[in-house]
Amino acid sequence: MATSSKSATIPGGAGHGDGATRRDFLFIATGAVGAVGTAAAVWPFLNNMNPAADTLALASIEVAMKGIEVGQAIKVMWRGKPVFIRRRTPEEIKAARDVDIKSLPDPEDDAKRVHKGKDEWLILVGVCTHLGCIPLGTAQGESRGDFNGWFCPCHGSHYDTSGRIRRGPAPKNLEVPAYEFTNNDATVKIG
Amino acid sequence: MASTQGTPPALNNAIVRWIDKRLPIFTFMHHEYGVFPTPRNFNYWWSFGGIAMVMLVTMIVTGIVLAMNYTPHVNYAFDSVERIRRDVPSGWLIQYLHMNGASFFFIAVFIHMFRGMYYGSYKNPRELLWILGVVILLLMMATAFMGYVLPWGQMSFWGATVITNLFSAIPVFGNDIVTFLWGGFSVDNPTLNRFFSLHYLLPFVIVGVVVLHIAAMHVAGSNNPIGIDPKGPQDTLPFSPYYVTKDGFAVVIFLVFYAGFTFFAPDFFGEPDNYIPANPLATPAHIVPEWYFLPFYAILRSIPDKLLGVIAMFGSILVLFILPWLDTAKVRSARFRPIFKWFFWLFVIDCVVLGWIGGNPADAELTIGGLHIPLLWIGRLGTAWYFFHFIILLPILGKIERPLPLPASIAESVLKPAVAR
Repeated sequence: MATSSKSATIPGGAGHGDGATRRDFLFIATGAVGAVGTAAAVWPFLNNMNPAADTLALASIEVAMKGIEVGQAIKVMWRGKPVFIRRRTPEEIKAARDVDIKSLPDPEDDAKRVHKGKDEWLILVGVCTHLGCIPLGTAQGESRGDFNGWFCPCHGSHYDTSGRIRRGPAPKNLEVPAYEFTNNDATVKIG
Repeated sequence: MASTQGTPPALNNAIVRWIDKRLPIFTFMHHEYGVFPTPRNFNYWWSFGGIAMVMLVTMIVTGIVLAMNYTPHVNYAFDSVERIRRDVPSGWLIQYLHMNGASFFFIAVFIHMFRGMYYGSYKNPRELLWILGVVILLLMMATAFMGYVLPWGQMSFWGATVITNLFSAIPVFGNDIVTFLWGGFSVDNPTLNRFFSLHYLLPFVIVGVVVLHIAAMHVAGSNNPIGIDPKGPQDTLPFSPYYVTKDGFAVVIFLVFYAGFTFFAPDFFGEPDNYIPANPLATPAHIVPEWYFLPFYAILRSIPDKLLGVIAMFGSILVLFILPWLDTAKVRSARFRPIFKWFFWLFVIDCVVLGWIGGNPADAELTIGGLHIPLLWIGRLGTAWYFFHFIILLPILGKIERPLPLPASIAESVLKPAVAR
């Protein structure tokens, strides 16, 4: 082995004093290429855990609206989650509209949560925005919470007749999925 | 430590000698488990590391056998577990051993950790040893959580939903991360499959970290009930046969309790709702995690803000990582810390109270006479105390507390027990 004083004289050796050498460059270049290569190799393994094509393909469902009476609500399954379809009474719509929007935890106008001219039909993803439980209040006899909408039994979030969070730990209103009325309003296509 | 380690073992068997020359595993075992100098004053609280090790091996062995009959598919998982219990030979026993084994593994590890806190085992030079232990705890929690999902009952499904949704609290990327964890738009078959894969992997990762944990312990040597270092051979005993015997006895007593629950009250620690197959359209009225998560669950629920609640819950475990630096007292053992001793027990009570709160519905009340106290308030008080203990009390207490005089040596404290207590 060369002593340190000799190594400075070896071509391409550790360049004492005068900054970078060819060897330094090669070290860094090799390291950089190695890091990029490792990242490229890791990516497929991470990407592998994303939703698969067949999971993504189950993106939309069609629901018949006939038979849902005013004041009634049903639960359907969409992408493995429940969707609430509630046909609201005029009082429920009025209650949702009469609120001072600014006073809400997640301010949103009721008119923007339903389709224009279809104020009766409130369609929501039935998953509490806190930690993903399914709020009660869709089936008859279930607790609708203090605001006559839904009540999540897990951690006590109360939603109103527009599905907006009013009290409890949930940070956001119940999500409105993308949907459209089809077949002359006989069915609704969710997704 | 080097005093007794210097002598190589007398290997009488020629084959053993041949192997040992090429791979000195016999010499290694002799040094680390045969003559390893161990403080002579251990009490039975020191047996819980060994007990935890026995439980880890039990969980791996029962788990490997269970996996031979388990089907990780949403349509078959619940039935395959029921089949293991009813039709597979001895399946009922192995399934109950695994199910209750998780609880007893946590019992052993929690006692092991409280012992470390009481006797200051995390202090210099054992900080890294303690940190590796906290890593093991985190890995155990992940493993236990994913294992609980596998039978695909109602609590499995909704537990998985609530816990994975914790990550949705992360700003901006939260929902994408949750979708990534699920492999879909809800907890579903891809989630069950990956949880099974990881549930099989993580125990072996735990084994790896346990090896590091024990290796670090063998560098610093064990702490002991009076918390002063051994000063010579008069303060120690060889690990074998003294502590092999003592730990062995403790393991047997522990296994008596474990077997008692497994045979006579196998569902004591479980939730009846998990005998209902998972139903993504109906949340059980009262979701509770397994008992060993309850204190952390109570901390999550006690904070009204979603993100802050999640941060507090993870923070309650992460704070353990910096415990060696939060506790400023130079004296290790609580036996010589007259004030800390009381706060330690208060902390234990706090953990138990938080566990009790976590097991109750969010809106429950405690009724004393005509007084209705919402449990939420007690939970908030308990959460505040939990963090107060670590972040404020321990740093200050170490500065102001006047410790009792320490004995001169372990040998002296053993020969004159009145001095140590």
